Amino acid sequence: MKTLPAVDAVIIGGGWAGLLMAKELGSRSALSIVVLERGLPRKTSDYADDMDELDYAIRLRMMQDLSQETVTLRHNASQPAVPLRQHGSFLPGAGVGGSGEHWNALCPRFLPDVFELLSRTSEKYGAKSLPEDHAIRDWGVTFDELEPFYTRIDKLLGVSGKAGNIKGTKIPGGNIFEGPRSEEYPTPPTKVSYISQLFRDAADSLGYHPYPTPSANISQAYTNPDGIARGACTYCGFCGRFGCMVGAKAQPTNVLLPVIQKHKNVVIRTGAWVRRILFDSTSSKARGVSYIDANGEEVFQPASLVFLSSWTFNNTRLLLLSGIGEPYDPATGRGTVGSNLTHQVSITAANAFFEKPLNRFMGSGSAGYFMSDFDGDVFDHSSLPFLRGGCLGVRAYGYQPIGSFGVLPRSIKSSWGAEWKKAAVSYYDRTSGVGFTGEHLAYKGNHMDLDPRYKDKLGDPLLRLTLDWRDNERRMTEFASIKAVELARAMDAKEIDAFSGLGSYDSTRYQTTHVQGGTIMGADATRSVVNPYLQHWQLPNLFVLGGSTFPQNASMNPTPTILACTLRSADAIVNRYLKLPGPLA
Amino acid sequence: MRRRHFLTLSATTLGGVLVYTLDRKASLLASQQKPLRVPLRFFTEAEALIVAAAASRIFPSDDSGPGAKEAGVAIYIDRQLAGSYGRDRFRYTQPPFEDAPRQFGYQGKETSRQIYREGLKNLKGFQLLSPAEQDSTLQKIESSVFFTLLRQNTIEGMFCDPMHGGNAGMVGWQLVGFPGPRMTNYDDVEKHFGEAFRPQPASLVQVTGKKIRPSEDES
Repeated sequence: MKTLPAVDAVIIGGGWAGLLMAKELGSRSALSIVVLERGLPRKTSDYADDMDELDYAIRLRMMQDLSQETVTLRHNASQPAVPLRQHGSFLPGAGVGGSGEHWNALCPRFLPDVFELLSRTSEKYGAKSLPEDHAIRDWGVTFDELEPFYTRIDKLLGVSGKAGNIKGTKIPGGNIFEGPRSEEYPTPPTKVSYISQLFRDAADSLGYHPYPTPSANISQAYTNPDGIARGACTYCGFCGRFGCMVGAKAQPTNVLLPVIQKHKNVVIRTGAWVRRILFDSTSSKARGVSYIDANGEEVFQPASLVFLSSWTFNNTRLLLLSGIGEPYDPATGRGTVGSNLTHQVSITAANAFFEKPLNRFMGSGSAGYFMSDFDGDVFDHSSLPFLRGGCLGVRAYGYQPIGSFGVLPRSIKSSWGAEWKKAAVSYYDRTSGVGFTGEHLAYKGNHMDLDPRYKDKLGDPLLRLTLDWRDNERRMTEFASIKAVELARAMDAKEIDAFSGLGSYDSTRYQTTHVQGGTIMGADATRSVVNPYLQHWQLPNLFVLGGSTFPQNASMNPTPTILACTLRSADAIVNRYLKLPGPLA
Repeated sequence: MRRRHFLTLSATTLGGVLVYTLDRKASLLASQQKPLRVPLRFFTEAEALIVAAAASRIFPSDDSGPGAKEAGVAIYIDRQLAGSYGRDRFRYTQPPFEDAPRQFGYQGKETSRQIYREGLKNLKGFQLLSPAEQDSTLQKIESSVFFTLLRQNTIEGMFCDPMHGGNAGMVGWQLVGFPGPRMTNYDDVEKHFGEAFRPQPASLVQVTGKKIRPSEDES
């Protein structure tokens, strides 16, 4: 294996987290930095002609090529796992920018108690209220500690929204249940479409507190603190699964890459497939990484600092393949790598069918109205058969016909032929889901390890997910569906179908691309992989970035939290670690 | 090298203005007197006739609007199967192939091409049956992998961008009021509440003025 000249830092994965770290260290230090990205280069101009539903939203052109690598899944340890042979319940991206290129750009913050879930819930409801097989943890960082970083991320992305709580003062029209923010959003909320107005007015009429969804598809022209200027969203509706043709949607390629490219000390190598992180156990140091380069040659890249930022699955898989840390064993509870696998509860809580057309082709991936009256512990759970909750709302994300045609009331029994066609044509633009995204608690049995049978294109074992819902999620969605039906009724829907039930984990139904855990953070080195600065407990020159560090999932979209935690880590590295390398916690 | 096969489409029934032939020359159907013979990339002529007939029962042409026939769905499916999708270029296809519950997704070894080829063997002469006989034949295979795929691909062929060979003349988009890749709705998104707003559809090639290579034409 050829050894390349040593660099100061190597970053595995060029998505949101990896490129943010590259930008921060590249601008604020003289470190030589190499970003290894296994996909293709991407830039804003690539998206000038991507508005093709078939190739992008159906054939999923921007997603990982599963012929090379996928994951396997089983519901519990007694089953054999089978590979997910095609994309389904989540859509990991590929190429520079990663999933941050094709995201919908929803930009909420997590509720403050999410970060102290174990202690707050035990305190309020008693330890007995927690599910028997739970693996809930505190994060080791609090909302107040993260708030300044959230604010910097809002400014970096130019997030559009309406604050509901500034320094403890509740502001009607925003999310009054959110944690105290230090400032208003950088740009005002996005435009309110017909469906959003229907939801907002219905939620208002029922006494709830709807708010415009925070969006990194920005509402007006904005220049961020790095001098990056972006224009307003055009509501073309080609957001999630697409790159933004006008750059109104914040993507790593439009807010981070132009800054990185100004710094000669940062190099991005594409087509670089990392296989192992090499380390020296006697000195407790990562030595660098081995990877297959774009020419197919295996090379060793020595580095003084290693950043692992290759999304939840590959972060976990690379630690397992490299033999770093102790793999988690659900039978004994020993080990940490692979524990606390969570997804997110994301359902159409009610399908609502209207008399009037909705013009749903117009919209923006994150434009809509949500309410958090049933999120987290905003409502009392003393007499409810579940913990936590989520957000109800609608989004005007821009309906496209292949994916949206044929959503019909259950009263229509046919699924093809003349009667079906007539109904599907007539309902096509008269349908809206009232959505619900809810928290997914961590359980001892939901975890990741290496699959004993299936391999990737290089012969390395695939990651195996052992994942299923528990009664907490099932009861939460039943509760949410009842609320969603009430909302749909207040929206004057003429026919309403409630969600049919969560059942067991379904890999064929797209839910969210918010899969978390595997390399979790925490204050206790025996129960977490990284400390709250995302620094590996055993190898202090290794940092793990991304949703893989979340001990359990919140109800909201994770990107701002991933970026805020990454920024906090970057600050600690620049201000402390580079002066005195060693443990930061 | 396989013998060249063609699907003959009637210029009057194909509702579109343009279809793209195999050599990617646009033919102006409205001005065609003679029926158009479209070269096939994957299907034999006999297979294409069955697919066209079956797609027309799934998405019929009737008084609620045009269907699979006018949209050219069979041409769309032929091209998809000839391309990367048809041969599972992006699917994980390592063995062992094992049965698993529905929630684990399609676990079969067969590619879309193989599913069609096998499925069509059981439908010989389908295009010659009466509509009622065709419907009862399809009802018998309704829960098969082949029918599920055919139904999904029919919807795709109704509503895809015309560069993929379906949605000829954007008849599918007009049917549901989808304008295609409209560059901006900035001035309209807060208007037209409760009323149908139906801008004239335009395809991606028309909107961008660029030649775009669809995935089925990639290697």
